[in-house]
Amino acid sequence: MATATTQTNKREAFGSRNVFILSAIGSAVGLGNIWRFPYVAYEGGGGAFLIPYLCALLTAGIPLLFFDYAIGHRFRGSAPLAFRRMHRSAETLGWWQVLICVVISVYYAVIIAWSAMYTWFSAQLTWGPGNENDFFFVDFLQSADVAETGVSTQFVPQVGVPLIVVWLAVIVIMCLGVKKGIGRANMILMPLLTVMFAVLVVQSLFLPGALDGLNAFFTPNWEALADPAVWASAYGHIFFSLSVAFGIMVTYASYLKRKTDLTGSGLVVAFANSGFEILAGIGVFAALGFMAQAQGTEVAGVASSGIGLAFIAFPTIVSQATGGSIIGVLFFGALVFAGVTSLISILEVIVAALQDKLGWSRIRTTLVVSVPLAVISMALFSTTTALSVLDTADAFVNAFGIMAVALVAVIVVAWLLHRLPALKDHLNRRSSFPVGWIWMLLVGALAPLVLGYLFVSELIAKITTPYGGYPAWFLGVFGWGMVISLVILAILLSLLPWSGRSHAKDDVDYDEFLAQEHYDPDPETSAIPVSADEQRGAAS
Amino acid sequence: MTGTAIVMMIVAMVTVWGGLIAAIVNLARHPEVAETEPEAPPVEL
Repeated sequence: MATATTQTNKREAFGSRNVFILSAIGSAVGLGNIWRFPYVAYEGGGGAFLIPYLCALLTAGIPLLFFDYAIGHRFRGSAPLAFRRMHRSAETLGWWQVLICVVISVYYAVIIAWSAMYTWFSAQLTWGPGNENDFFFVDFLQSADVAETGVSTQFVPQVGVPLIVVWLAVIVIMCLGVKKGIGRANMILMPLLTVMFAVLVVQSLFLPGALDGLNAFFTPNWEALADPAVWASAYGHIFFSLSVAFGIMVTYASYLKRKTDLTGSGLVVAFANSGFEILAGIGVFAALGFMAQAQGTEVAGVASSGIGLAFIAFPTIVSQATGGSIIGVLFFGALVFAGVTSLISILEVIVAALQDKLGWSRIRTTLVVSVPLAVISMALFSTTTALSVLDTADAFVNAFGIMAVALVAVIVVAWLLHRLPALKDHLNRRSSFPVGWIWMLLVGALAPLVLGYLFVSELIAKITTPYGGYPAWFLGVFGWGMVISLVILAILLSLLPWSGRSHAKDDVDYDEFLAQEHYDPDPETSAIPVSADEQRGAAS
Repeated sequence: MTGTAIVMMIVAMVTVWGGLIAAIVNLARHPEVAETEPEAPPVEL
């Protein structure tokens, strides 16, 4: 790598603002947009859901996205370093986000592997029409019950082999770096994903019964708006959909050039993400309308989300529709591409954190991070109990990882460190969309209230009934134990000292940035080449 | 499709896709500043 020699001094950067925007969209548009949004919207009042959804986007999603951008761009570091530069004691938040990404990356990869196999299966209808459910659980996953077998070590080759391929592909992208790897992958995959999905939607709209599906999806149920749970699900969905608060947007924003329109870029990312969700809603419900008609039932009887929608309902549609194979290849191919662009953003949080901490080169850090993750991923998710582990880890890390760290982060930054005014000023320096006290109010007051409500209701739900009916020891290890150990490990990691080679101590790039922007020097970086007579801005 | 469903579909498309177009237009009107160039003087709005 050409950058290897300059690695310790010069921070990597995206080639241009547009590459950053595409990469941020690539991160935000993931599996959730395709398989989660349509059902959440349908359940939450159909067409009427648009009101809480837009409300959540404008009052929580976009403000929190700006919050992440401001932290990453102002403090120019991976999550732990950015939070450390903000305040020494905030570093734990950064490591917590890194560890959340560790957990997510190991199971996210396996869903991409399944989707890749299903792209292939779709072309030949491997599952055999009518056998979609059994094929997925019995033939493909060879699912075993954790209550009977414990955590299995029995290798399932048709999952394990594609999983290795997925890991090899993302490791190559990560090794190539921010500009040549992540940037270029997004420049290729995102336009491809959009075109594929648009073709899929058009084809679905021509299926018989498609309009019944759209009718079910868009018919408003205004009474749903009186239900607080619908509003909570809108905020929860926007929050997960935009990939805010787990380090990704902080890390990506740290690779932006110094003079960048942060809020203008953020608005494009947020609306592109939502635009993709609307498109997915139309495509998925048009297909479900066809499925309902083919089975002679109502759309309500076939609507589902997540793994059930992707790996059972869609294969059924593929079997029954004329030209079904094309629909299947486009749908599962879209899942693979959307998943890969999100997975590399999750991995980048971890790689960037260790690069900053250790001052190592790109390739060395990437291999040290990705190879063990790939091994853990293989060990837990290429076996017969993969589905149970994945389901549990996902549910717990979402509720008590991402949501918890977001809640703590907004409280710490807004109420303990009082950094919102400084972040607001940083956003306004070069941004086309100015933010003011309303933004501070939304991030400092509304976000903690909403996140707090969501967190407490998740806590009550998961304490009162064992999640998914899994045995207590299993939830103790892969659910509660996992999320608690993330916090403990984050505290331990933030206690480790940063060496002289790390970017906390030696970062010429950051010193130049501080001087150029007239910010106060960071106490930890070495030589501060700021001419003393230069006037410094009040913002820290 | 019923009338209300069609209206809600159009409203959803206009708000979200319209918002995306507005955001892209806004960004295009504020081109990227080159790292090495001096900043443009502030424009009166």
